[in-house]
Amino acid sequence: MTTTTSETTTVPYVPAAETIGAVMAPGARPPRPSALSASITFGWRAMLKIKHVPEQLFDVTAFPIMMTLMFTYLFGGALAGSTGEYLQYLLPGIMVMSVVMITMYTGVAVNNDIAKGVFDRFRTLPVWRPAALVGNLLGDVLRYLLASTTIVVVGLIMGFRPPGGIVGVLSGVALLVIFSFAFSWIWTMFGLFLRSEKSVMGISMLVLFPLTFLSNVFVDPATMPGWLQAFVDVNPIAHLVAAVRSMMNGAWDTGEVTWVLVSAAVLTVVFGTITMRLYNRK
Amino acid sequence: MSAQDVPAIETSGLVKVFGTTRAVDGLDLTVPPGTVYGVLGPNGAGKTTAVRMLATLLRPDGGQARVFGHDVLHEADTVRGLVSLTGQYASVDEEMTGTENLVLLGRLLGYRKAAARDRSEQLMVAFGLTEAAGRLVKTYSGGMRRRLDIAASILSTPRLLFLDEPTTGLDPRSRNQVWDIVRAVVAQGTTVLLTTQYLDEADHLAARIAVIDAGRVIAEGTPGELKASIGAGTVHVRLRDAAQRPAAEDVLARALRTPVQQEADPVALSARVDDAEIAAAALAELAAAGIVVDEFALGQPSLDEVFLALTDRAAA
Repeated sequence: MTTTTSETTTVPYVPAAETIGAVMAPGARPPRPSALSASITFGWRAMLKIKHVPEQLFDVTAFPIMMTLMFTYLFGGALAGSTGEYLQYLLPGIMVMSVVMITMYTGVAVNNDIAKGVFDRFRTLPVWRPAALVGNLLGDVLRYLLASTTIVVVGLIMGFRPPGGIVGVLSGVALLVIFSFAFSWIWTMFGLFLRSEKSVMGISMLVLFPLTFLSNVFVDPATMPGWLQAFVDVNPIAHLVAAVRSMMNGAWDTGEVTWVLVSAAVLTVVFGTITMRLYNRK
Repeated sequence: MSAQDVPAIETSGLVKVFGTTRAVDGLDLTVPPGTVYGVLGPNGAGKTTAVRMLATLLRPDGGQARVFGHDVLHEADTVRGLVSLTGQYASVDEEMTGTENLVLLGRLLGYRKAAARDRSEQLMVAFGLTEAAGRLVKTYSGGMRRRLDIAASILSTPRLLFLDEPTTGLDPRSRNQVWDIVRAVVAQGTTVLLTTQYLDEADHLAARIAVIDAGRVIAEGTPGELKASIGAGTVHVRLRDAAQRPAAEDVLARALRTPVQQEADPVALSARVDDAEIAAAALAELAAAGIVVDEFALGQPSLDEVFLALTDRAAA
């Protein structure tokens, strides 16, 4: 970790032309890194930031635990007769909801980076252009995994018993992480063109609240009025929940899984392209 | 044309518009390679916008810009391989250590892990940052941060280095360190484009200077040429006795053949002069008239004066 020695007052630094000349001596410049290696390097940067400020992991640990506990005990008795039974229905949904909600921090991080000027340096480097953003998202994937794991573990402790077994749970988490990676490009886009961190948060909330609550996360949409059912039918989060739930239940709904994978691809292509255009023009 | 002759920067009619503001409005610059070129101008003159276009961070709205013969728009990637930028706001990551910042850049430039570490360590030594290498950059002083920023910029041994107001906000010692670094960098054959608000700084470092205002060049030349073009500077006189000021004003006006201003300080007077020798003669005449002078100084023209003189001329 960091040691906080104050700037020494011994000998003030005097730049020496020879030492600076020596490091600038034109050695063989290495070949430019591949797209993958540049993205991984930026992913490493995201890891370092977590290492230096581990408190920032609260949102992917404490928040999901709170969500799971809160909604299970709040709605369980009323909606499913018992909290234990409700947890079987709720857990895949609340996992999707928590992870999708923390995707918004991606936009906040991008916006922060731009405000600080460090992106200027990255953008003057001759590397694959999307690498900085892809690297950030790779760091976020780790956060999504951590949040999913937290919820599954809390669920298991509370009595969640997934019929799909380990394979079902792991596949469900994998699908969720793939979708969240694709979904994050929306926030990266907002992070690039909105002027402040606060407005990024504001917009994210405006989009995320209806998308996550007006879905099948908490209740079966069959009891909803027709117009709301129509919305749930086209809500990508509802499809994601249905797919993950089916995987954890061991009865894979291939239609839903395909729907999610296709929408993830579409999101990446559309918002990835817009994001890169903004990034290049900024 | 040999590679030596290609200008490091060549722009013609470069334009950038933000809304209704023409931040850069027909900028023509030619920067010879291997020297420090100063771009001097007040806040809002368009210095940073021009640098950002040349560093491929902003798209020009009109005109052309070439870096070592490569178009900044159509050959942006080639240009990025030749330049580095140290921006006005530190372009290093505050939430990482100094070493991590440099290793990250080394890796992005294609160095393998061990080579990136070696290079980062050499740079930390050369820039006097070894003791702070393992600390988060947010704990650095302004001068250290600026040094790390420049170290990060030369990691790639750029052929052209942009330094956007590198000493704004630094204390005098840190400023001198940055000046020494700039000299060492240029000695290695790198061209430096330095923007500054301080005539003094451009005077110390730059081989040529362009003065810009409202997005265009209003004067260009060596520091000597620019100063000569607006006269020697300003004479500041402080008398012992305020009662003698009207008499002193008469003597000075006659000797300097120029209007004399009364300052807010009741014993002070000032006047613009074109020739340092006349100023010396004026001092002798004050003494001959029995006026006691406590202080007599001939100041170099300040940026304000150069600037006002140049804009007056442009308007005339």
